[in-house]
Order: sequence, then structure tokens, then C-alpha cells
Amino acid sequence: MSLILLRHRDIKGIHQFDVYSANGGYDGLKKALREHAPGEVIDIVRKSNIRGRGGAGFPAGVKWGFIPKADGPKYVVVNADESEAGTFKDRELIEFNPHQVIEGALICAYAIGAQACFIYFRGEFMHAARTFESALREAYANNALGSNIFGSDFTCDFYTHYGAGAYICGEETALLESLEGKLGQPRIRPPFPALEGLYGKPTVINNVETLANVPPVIINGPDWYLDIGTEKSSGPKIVCLSGHINNPGNFEVPMGITYRELIFGERYGNGIPNGMKFKALLPSGGSAPIIVEASLDAHLSYEGLMEHGSLLGSASLIVMDESVDMVWAAMKLVHFFNHESCGKCTPCREGTFWLDRIYRRLLSGKGRESDVKLLESVAKQMIGETLCALGEFATSPVLSTLKHFPEEYYDKISD
Amino acid sequence: MVIDRYPAEIEAIFAKYPDKRSAVLPVLYLAQENYGHINQEAISDVAGLLDLDPTQVLSIAGFYTLFHEEPVGKYVLEICSDLPCALRGADELVESACRKLGIEKDGTTEDGMFTVKTVMCLAACDKAPMLQVNLRYEENLDEQKLDALIERLRKDDADGIAPNYGVEAFKESLKR
Repeated sequence: MSLILLRHRDIKGIHQFDVYSANGGYDGLKKALREHAPGEVIDIVRKSNIRGRGGAGFPAGVKWGFIPKADGPKYVVVNADESEAGTFKDRELIEFNPHQVIEGALICAYAIGAQACFIYFRGEFMHAARTFESALREAYANNALGSNIFGSDFTCDFYTHYGAGAYICGEETALLESLEGKLGQPRIRPPFPALEGLYGKPTVINNVETLANVPPVIINGPDWYLDIGTEKSSGPKIVCLSGHINNPGNFEVPMGITYRELIFGERYGNGIPNGMKFKALLPSGGSAPIIVEASLDAHLSYEGLMEHGSLLGSASLIVMDESVDMVWAAMKLVHFFNHESCGKCTPCREGTFWLDRIYRRLLSGKGRESDVKLLESVAKQMIGETLCALGEFATSPVLSTLKHFPEEYYDKISD
Repeated sequence: MVIDRYPAEIEAIFAKYPDKRSAVLPVLYLAQENYGHINQEAISDVAGLLDLDPTQVLSIAGFYTLFHEEPVGKYVLEICSDLPCALRGADELVESACRKLGIEKDGTTEDGMFTVKTVMCLAACDKAPMLQVNLRYEENLDEQKLDALIERLRKDDADGIAPNYGVEAFKESLKR
């Protein structure tokens, strides 16, 4: 099957407007403008069941449908703050297939009646985003952006914005705060961004990969998209493979492939290096519970890992071999969440701080027998009590490593 | 002052947003380039331009890791130390960089050439371990490659990496 999202691997130079156009690029937007009313576009996206690729899995068409129909300023915001450990799929799209992301955002803008799109890049992407910036210039020069796009009544501008190093700004309301020039801290909801988003106006926020799915769906229709993947998880997914793996990188696959195939299949990860054995997998960077060998035949889909106590998330697979100390691995992830906690809500701010301290004690050889229960107690007091998902994410590595590898914790107790 | 050095850039930044306050991060990047780090003058310049209280600007600068509140070296080596990189030797790379340069983590060499920091995931885990130097990614590193990079930087000969390398790309983007 030819690639749908990572098309630049099949078609050289697709980051250029002419090459993209010659290969069906902007046909989705043109078709939407000529053949469909905005509401019909939302229906097509809803029927195709494109779900959020940033990790949350919320259906894009439903999100778009929440936007009020009344006139007035509305915004599309593209979330390119990709910062989850182990995730590097959006960067590849931005760098090598930018027009497909721009086109997806424009179709969204047309569907909801927005006249401006913002893309929020993490600041570290300033260099990687140069291709995207030049794609925007080309899109303006070719009337794919600006006034009366492709001769229609639709007018839309596109602005780039750069963050400055903060994982929390990938949380959609923290992103809006940051874009408004405030501290990047999540908002209390409701109101949801669909009603009061950027500058208090109705706003759709979608991940880069989510929007890249939109143009081919408009061209080929929802049934074509529903045929790819599983019943509940339609379409292709970019999987990021990192850690102890022979062939790290991004892989575009239909939903429904098994985790085992992704790790050991010759076309994908091609196994574990240095003759080592598989030990554990983080299926969604640091933010979903760790899984072990017994779960590897689960299908990669929104539903596939649920009975195994984990989640698809952003499909960022971090593979660990038998040499890895799981207490150390959990410490690395907890340290990340402690560093990135925004400090707004107490359970996350204090919880991640103390989890980090307890891990340092365990790994410094001064672990106490009570530490294992203490970790569990702190983590359980955070679940369901934090303002956004970050605090809850921080408990995943703790509780899942305690569940699967308790003996490694007891080995670290000195008293 | 920041406005004297970048009048056209600041005008282009303000034109992007319906609310001037949104310009705080982009203008802080320019201020950091101008002063080398976010010092008191940088804070007061940005606050003046955006009609904000200096304490608000200070808290925003402190929230984001790419703004340096202390002076840094000409080349800032920010080594990713997150799990995917650490599984492939990032912690050893940090130790090696510090040893070679004779500094502690977060320290700057006496000649003002290098600062070594650790940072969170930079979205390049398939090419681990890696670092960014002045916002340019250097990937698939090992001790030898890191040594070679440091030597090239010491001679200011590293394939175009300059102070504020990334910010140059940002300023370029403002020319529409």
C-alpha cells in the first residue's frame, strides 16, 4: 500500500508546492470548496471517524461539530508542540510533507468558518520548521492561502508561533494560554475551547498528524478511510519506534497491526539489538502504562490495549531489553513529569515532586521498606485529582512497574 | 534596546496577533539574542514593548527552558537525557561532555565558549543519543562524535552553527 501520511518517502520533493499539486495536493481543499457546504465537510470527517492522533483519540469531526454556527471570529490551531518522550512523528510531517498539514488545517477552517489558522511549534523546531515556513510562502504565492482561495469566497490566513520549551504546552488549553502570551498552564474547563478558545473565540485544536489525514479523506470519501484499520480505529497511524530496537524510526501502518509485529517484524523494528531479550514496552512514551511480553499480541488501535491496562496514546513505542533496571526507567519518566509539571494544581505539583524524591532515594541505595507503599500511595492520591492529564500520566510508570516488576523495587531497599 | 535593533522584526511579530501580549515569547527570543541571556534590561525592554509588568515577563521567561536567566556560553550544548536517549547512552554522554570541557552540568567554560545542560525529550528519539547546540540538532552521537563536534565549535567551524542559530531561522520566517 502506498503511504498516505508519509508521502514524502514515495514522492521526492513533495514539500514543494508544485510537486505536491502535481500529485493530487490541494485537490481535497478544492473539492471541499467546490462541492461541499461547510457542514457537509464536517459530516464527511465525522463519518470517517478520524480520531485525534496526539494521544487523546477524540473524534475530529465531533470536535469540529461543537463549533457554533454563528458568524464571528473563529480559529484553527495546529498543535505542533510534540514533546512526549519517544514521539517524533509530527516533526517528520512538518519537515518533509508540510503542505498536507496546511491543507488539512485549511479544510478544517473552511468547515468551521475560521479565517485564521495558527500553528504552535515547540521552540526547538525553529530549524525543522523552515520547510514549513517556506511552504506557507508558496501557498500564499499560489492562492492556496490568503484572500479568495482558489477563486472561492473562502479567505484564510496562516500564522506560525514558536513556544520556548515546555511539554505542558501540548495540552490544548495550556497551548492557548501560551499562545496568548501567558504562562502555559491548563485552563479549568468548562468552557471548552470549542466555545471559548483562543482569545475567547471558538477554536478547534488538532494535532499535526490528525490534520494530515483530512485531505485524502475529502478526496476518497469516508468509506475508503473506514476500510483501513479496525472497526473502531480507522485509518493509518504513524508509529514511532525508539529505545532498544534494531531499526528505530517512524512507520506508517494501518491500525490493527500487533505490537509484536511492529517490534520484531523485518519491515519494522526488526528485533532487539545485541542478542538481548525483550523486557518491556512503553506504548505511548511516558504517558501510558508499561506492558510486558504477554501483551505484545494486542492490536495497535484505540481499543487494542484496553484489556491489557494500557493505551494507544500517540503510538510512541519505547522498547526496553532485559538489561534495563525498571526502577531506573520509572525514575527517568517521573523526573520528566516533575520537571514539566506546570505547578498550577497541587496534586500534580507536589505529587510529581515527591515521587521524584522517593525514586532518587531508592536509586541512591538508601531505599526504605516503606518506600514501595509510599510510591503507590502518592500515585493513587494523584489519580483523578489533577487539572489535566499530565499528573495522571506521571502515575503510569510508577504503578505499572510496581505491578509488573515489584521485585526490582524490593532489591533496592537497604534497611 | 531590543526595539532599536529589531524594528522590522517586532513590527512583523505584532502584525501576527490580535493581542499584543501574544508577542511575548517571540520578543523574548529577540531580547535573548540581543543581551545574550534574559537579564534585567531584557525583561524591562520586553515589558515596555508589550505594556506588561516586568514581573509578568520574568515569570514567563522562567517558565520556559529555552530562555536563559544566567549568562551562557557561545555554544549551549543541550543534551537530551530522557528515557529513549538514556537507553542509548545519553547519561554517559553528559558525563563525557562535562569531563572534556572541565565543567559541571549547567556550568560554562571559563573562556565563555561552552555551556552544558540536560534537556527533556527533543523529538528525535530514533537518532538517540542526541543534543541541540544553539537549537541545531546533532544526532546519532557517541563520545567520538561529540568530541569532534566540540573541536569544530571551538574553532567556530561547524557547518554554519552560529550563536542564535535557530533564532536566525525564526527571524527569516518574519520576512513575508
